[in-house]
Amino acid sequence: MSALNALLSIENMTVEYTNQGQRFAAISDINIDIAEGETLGLVGESGCGKSTTGRAIIQLPAPTMGKVTFEGRDLSELNHEEMRQVRRRLQIIFQDPVSSLNPRRKVKDIVAEPLVIAGMKDAAERERRVREVLEAVGVDPDTAMDRRPHQFSGGQCQRICIARALIMEPKLIVCDEPVSALDVSVQAQILNLLEDMKERYGLTLLFISHDLAVVKNISDRVAVMYLGKFCELADSARIYEAPAHPYTAGLMATIPDLSTIGADAGPALMGEIPSPLNPPSGCHFRTRCPHAQERCAAEEPEFRQIESGHHVACHFPLTEQES
Amino acid sequence: MDSKTSASPLLEVVDLYTHFDTPRGVAHAVDGVSFRLERGRTLGIVGESGSGKSVLSRTIIDILAKDGSVLNQGEVRFEGRDLMALPEKDMREIRGREIAMVFQDPMSSLNPVKKIGKQITEVLVKRLGMPGAEAKRRAVELIESVGIPDAAQQLDRFPMHLSGGMRQRVAIAIALAGEPKLLIADEPTTALDVTIQAQILDLLRRQQVERNMAVILITHDLGIVAQYTDDVVVMYAGQIVESCSTEELIRRPRMPYTEALMNSAPNLADPPHTRLDAIPGMPPNLLRVPQGCRFADRCPYAAEKCSTEMPALAHDEDSSHIYACWYPLEVKEAVSA
Repeated sequence: MSALNALLSIENMTVEYTNQGQRFAAISDINIDIAEGETLGLVGESGCGKSTTGRAIIQLPAPTMGKVTFEGRDLSELNHEEMRQVRRRLQIIFQDPVSSLNPRRKVKDIVAEPLVIAGMKDAAERERRVREVLEAVGVDPDTAMDRRPHQFSGGQCQRICIARALIMEPKLIVCDEPVSALDVSVQAQILNLLEDMKERYGLTLLFISHDLAVVKNISDRVAVMYLGKFCELADSARIYEAPAHPYTAGLMATIPDLSTIGADAGPALMGEIPSPLNPPSGCHFRTRCPHAQERCAAEEPEFRQIESGHHVACHFPLTEQES
Repeated sequence: MDSKTSASPLLEVVDLYTHFDTPRGVAHAVDGVSFRLERGRTLGIVGESGSGKSVLSRTIIDILAKDGSVLNQGEVRFEGRDLMALPEKDMREIRGREIAMVFQDPMSSLNPVKKIGKQITEVLVKRLGMPGAEAKRRAVELIESVGIPDAAQQLDRFPMHLSGGMRQRVAIAIALAGEPKLLIADEPTTALDVTIQAQILDLLRRQQVERNMAVILITHDLGIVAQYTDDVVVMYAGQIVESCSTEELIRRPRMPYTEALMNSAPNLADPPHTRLDAIPGMPPNLLRVPQGCRFADRCPYAAEKCSTEMPALAHDEDSSHIYACWYPLEVKEAVSA
């Protein structure tokens, strides 16, 4: 799946952890490219490996196996100093904006810190840059710079986190559930802001979320993860219009929305995500899949292309059954 | 909501105030709230953080601090009795039996060092005076009824052995053990995954129907309100700003805040990169609430009057749909079928 214009490529990436002496794969053997300028949405339930993927990309921690290539360089081959240089162009923002900010420091110092670490000595220039990014994210520098994080709401703290990520002029920002802790009205402000910043700074985004409606709104392509693997990948509009994997379809049926007043939504997906310590044989989703057959337990489905740009890991994808 | 309705409802909250005395001033968390709930109905209370929805529920079952920092006024009438006037001893009889509550974080309501079975039988023995053996049998039934497999084996497990969804099922089983007439669920699925959320909300609805129990479902998610409630109250900055049947609210919101809340959430029917109608600004500081409409600063339709005079809750003739707005949204005649 390696594309010529890929800003970031993940090849055969596996991340393993040890739990009570047992090794298990939080992510097993995933491949994906992120094209320059695109927003890739990564969606799934807790424990599916979406955050682990985001962190493995910035090598915190580095993947156990496989390769992450960013701007043509294999990140696993870089030494500590080289990796520090690359990280300026590869930023991350987190779910809880308040705990991501040092409560003892002033906003101007928090936002300027990456510049200090990068060795920018000119204090006046640093202040100019801090003002510029704060204005860009919609925080008034005159009132905000000398305040501390607790004096701001969650939404404003997330704006400050985005300003801090932007100040190094990154190419790619990993957004790990950036709006999940925010109220819906503030969530809309931050999603609009991310779109604006993407335009203004020419960013590429990896947007990780459990919320399918949010992911659809911001993404060009969407990848659905389940128990450490991709089950589906397609253009954002396409995957919602014609989900091929039963898990994607099940997830979409469970979103309560305003069009379903009093009505029963589709049947809820049964059961819970299995433990990664002991994943099911064959297809990982088969234990909850309404369409599972014998073959699903015996043979793991390959992640294959069913139409241009639309990949699915399922022996019996929904779109093929209908036609 | 019609004051002329004769028979007494299960729950009637009348002009309720909950203020917090803080070092920085008095916070108007709940500010003059009135509503009623009939037996067997599900009422959604929807609002953003700080709107007062959780404080309201905690005031109803009276579990806020008793150190003088909480200032209460108003009435909470449950089957005609004013709970605010009851001594704590009597209130303890009501809590867990007549009115039960399920919280957002099931871990905070479960005892981490006690087996699940014990936590359920305790309610049955202490609250209902059931003999031990019968309580144990009933506990298995309860665990089964909330959809936990291998019920008999689960009784010997501790909460830490369960997933978040399973813990919430146990919390619901404990809440149901006392056979309450009213179950208050405060963001019961906010900490859970969407597939588990659907399972838990379906479970609550099934139990509500089977037991003809009234439910107050507190949530920030209008989608959940639309799908799981009969009636709805919208709260903003400590006040009710709109209230009616759920269907009426979704189809014909009158208060601009309700409309703004609906429009700010991304809609699955819209194409990718659709610009969201974010609500500008933030809710007011509850320590210094404005004198006029509390939404005026963020309202696209606000006029001068809105920031000087607070609109009272009112309703149109021949309608029980109430709203607090000087310039309510026009009722769009149903265009869609």
